Amino acid sequence: MAFELPKLPYAYNALEPAISKHTLEFHHDKHHAAYVNNLNNLIIGTEFENLDLVDIILKTKGGIFNNAAQVWNHTFYFDQFGKNKIEKLSGPLLIAIHASFGSFEEFKEKFSVAAKTLFGAGWIWLVKKPNGSLDIIQTTNAENPLTERLTPILTCDVWEHAYYLDYQNKRPDYVGYFWSIIDWEVISNRY
Amino acid sequence: MAFELPKLAYDYNALEPYIDAQTMEIHHSKHHAGYTNNLNNAIKDSELENKSIEDLLGNISNYSVAVRNNGGGFYNHKLFWDIMSPKGGGEPSGDLLNAIDKNFGSFVDFKNLFNKAAATRFGSGWAWLVKQEGKLLITSTPNQDNPLMDLAEVKGTPILGLDVWEHAYYLKYQNKRPDYIEAFWNVIDWDQVAKRFG
Ligand SMILES: [Fe+2]
Ligand SMILES: [Fe+2]
Repeated sequence: MAFELPKLPYAYNALEPAISKHTLEFHHDKHHAAYVNNLNNLIIGTEFENLDLVDIILKTKGGIFNNAAQVWNHTFYFDQFGKNKIEKLSGPLLIAIHASFGSFEEFKEKFSVAAKTLFGAGWIWLVKKPNGSLDIIQTTNAENPLTERLTPILTCDVWEHAYYLDYQNKRPDYVGYFWSIIDWEVISNRY
Repeated sequence: MAFELPKLAYDYNALEPYIDAQTMEIHHSKHHAGYTNNLNNAIKDSELENKSIEDLLGNISNYSVAVRNNGGGFYNHKLFWDIMSPKGGGEPSGDLLNAIDKNFGSFVDFKNLFNKAAATRFGSGWAWLVKQEGKLLITSTPNQDNPLMDLAEVKGTPILGLDVWEHAYYLKYQNKRPDYIEAFWNVIDWDQVAKRFG
């Protein structure tokens, strides 16, 4: 069964000024859509055709993996933005953040540094480890934490297409604005 | 001695409409300048300060990731500016064309292979035409790696390079990397490529 491009859960201009309507149109309608189309074309008639997306990610390499992981990563990224501000951060997640990073501010700083310093294209992740503690990891290109048996909680796309129309070379500005659009209820539910 | 950001031999708007002035300006004065500064910071007060860029790249597996990323970025962008010109385009001639015919069948076959390497490099990187012991090869590298590096999969002397980081084309072409790759052929300075071919 073919995969479908999920609809954005908000209007294209809903994340302005952090992320422009223009950027979201390209990012969702072109990039995310292309990964979905490429994946469908690559798996047709193969043993992967009827697997769910996570199984494909866990069982493949190369072109199929790249497109499958990018489908998953972008859905996860777009789903985490919204209107529920920091007050909606749940008690258990906040306790885990304090236990793993010292304070929310230290977590934010560590995640931001990881996002600013990843060289080339990739993703930054807040992940939950099997023992329940939290960590921040960088992955390149399409790689994601699922293959490491980690549970993703929050992600930042630092491929240049995620911010170049709005910020050009100034990735740190994108990372700064990123914090203003996170829906902390969605994030808390993931934890 | 510190590395210096090379000046362009043409104006920022000179490669219009194929590469727009805003892209050229940011690419040169921000990205290339950033690699140059970061390279200088990475080698400051060390014995690496007195080495040539070719020397650094040829032994890159001995040095830090900062030297690899920024040394590559410094070298690659200089080559990229050098092999483009507002008077570019067309096809090569002479020995270079003969070598292309011999190694790839024809100029069109060569162009198709190069385009494929540029289009299929996943993420950020470069497509290259490489001279290796008299042979010509097409390859691509991730991020700011290049064929001079001792850790490159395909090693040799790069004589033509195309930047396929999204910053190289996103303001004008957005997700349409193939359109940018096609436009590039209109600004290639084949005299400069032939000089590197030797
Ligand atoms: Fe993206
Ligand atoms: Fe570049």
